[in-house]
Amino acid sequence: MFIKQISIFIENKAGRLAEITAMLAAEGIDIRALSISDTTDFGILRLIVNDPPKAEKLLRDKGLTFSITNVIAVGLPDRPGGLAEVMQALAGSGISVEYMYAFLTPQQRRRACIIMRVEDTEKTLQVLQQARVETLREEEVYSL
Amino acid sequence: MSNKIWNPERECMRRADLEALQLAELKDLVDYCDRNVPFYHKRLQEAGVTADKIKCLSDIQYIPYTTKQDLRDNYPFGLFSVPKKDLVRIHASSGTTGNPTVVGYTREDLDNWSEQVARIVTAAGATDETVVQICFGYGMFTGALGLHYGLERIGATVVPTSSGNTEKQLKFMRDFETDAVVATPSYCLYLAEAAHELADKFPMEQYKLSLGLLGSEGCTPEMRTQIEERWGNGFFVTDNYGMSELNGPGMSGECRCRNGMHICEDHFLCEIIDAASGQVLDKGATGELVVTNLTKRAIPMLRYRTKDITNINYEPCACGRTTARMHKIIGRSDDMLKIRGVNVFPSQVESALIGIDQISPHYQLVVRREGFADTLEVRVEMIDGSLLEKYGELEALQRRIHHAIKTILGIEIKVSLVEPKTIERFTGKAKRVIDLRNQ
Repeated sequence: MFIKQISIFIENKAGRLAEITAMLAAEGIDIRALSISDTTDFGILRLIVNDPPKAEKLLRDKGLTFSITNVIAVGLPDRPGGLAEVMQALAGSGISVEYMYAFLTPQQRRRACIIMRVEDTEKTLQVLQQARVETLREEEVYSL
Repeated sequence: MSNKIWNPERECMRRADLEALQLAELKDLVDYCDRNVPFYHKRLQEAGVTADKIKCLSDIQYIPYTTKQDLRDNYPFGLFSVPKKDLVRIHASSGTTGNPTVVGYTREDLDNWSEQVARIVTAAGATDETVVQICFGYGMFTGALGLHYGLERIGATVVPTSSGNTEKQLKFMRDFETDAVVATPSYCLYLAEAAHELADKFPMEQYKLSLGLLGSEGCTPEMRTQIEERWGNGFFVTDNYGMSELNGPGMSGECRCRNGMHICEDHFLCEIIDAASGQVLDKGATGELVVTNLTKRAIPMLRYRTKDITNINYEPCACGRTTARMHKIIGRSDDMLKIRGVNVFPSQVESALIGIDQISPHYQLVVRREGFADTLEVRVEMIDGSLLEKYGELEALQRRIHHAIKTILGIEIKVSLVEPKTIERFTGKAKRVIDLRNQ
């Protein structure tokens, strides 16, 4: 039920993002979702890719500072209030979200996909299940 | 490891006997310079010094200092005392800011030099059983050949790999079961890093290294610990000191007690002076090291200003040697950075950084002038992926480094976390400082 997310430490300098994305492209790695947060000096690039083991090997060979963490992908109908319901369910169980980012899936059945990172992934999954919130499987996300 | 003393007669002398010997050698040297080097003849005459006026060691204070600039101004052979025919070797240091510094050796000079190096490598623990790899560039520098001849003199098995080609270095270390390595501290650490990177193919147990004869650049106690831990398996690092103007490596080196570098005092008469005023300081004080190379003949050095900051301990050592020990070089009187009026040595930053595991041992200082104020940026490589989950942890690391350095330097700094391997690696002397203030 977990999705592998890759976090890469990058310096905030012109062209660095271009270099890293080109590096992934050269290996045929497809980016499913991404998020960048930054300060003036450095940033963290977070990626969901189609082939995490391949990306991990590439990053290790290139000597970058990175980590792989488990995150949860939640599928929601794309309508007002959809996200609010999920957040309420989590808040009600005392779960706080470290960070999250979202994208719309391209399928005909239009829905939003939320990638979220929480402290206690197991507990969060239980809460989401009880609230009848759809969580996406790894293969589903990687092959979106 | 061996606790042998190479030349007990000279290394364990009574202080009074040693000083009597130094005085006799000094008088000989002054007389020799006066008669054979016009440059010194003129200087000594101007100062009113002749050999017979020197009655005690402290009379050395009447002899003028010799500087690196004097060597450059007299490039290439102006300070030489013998015709080229009598030279058996010439070395030169890089001339990045003008003429290179050229030095020469008679056969007797080479013999003395090898004797000096034999003493310091023996003090470090090397013996005729040692297989030693020399990872200094041979080129025109004195480092590699100096250690090479001294190690051959004690009967060690010398492997002259020279610098660079790290994978080949590691291969020889494994295949020859190399015991000792001669390198700069930063290259020794780099070799260890590279060995760990190859550990999937070649486990660390395949290396038999037990001794590092590191020199040619400073090494803080913290960096030494790190090098020893990276190599593991009882690897023991010793520091040694020298410079081409004073033969090369071999002037002093650490024994197994590692409580200062034993000076070959029968060859080198050392003083500590105040770098700014040129005043000789009391025994034990910290200041610039000034050395008279008592036995050198091809290009003699009278009171040579090394620009290295240190102090000298004259107490006998637990190892049995009675020769004085100089402290690790604390800084360079001319590499010293003055930032907002405060003296800053790169080694201080280094000691603040080591022990912080989330960063690599490589760092860089960038000094800028913004408006009328100097700023110091310390660039370090962030290598710990586990900090990437929370921004707060990266910021906490930045604050921790900031605090550690600021506490030592006492000035405001900026800490930049950069990606791994973006700070240049060096196989020779590390260039840690980029000063952009005059650009």
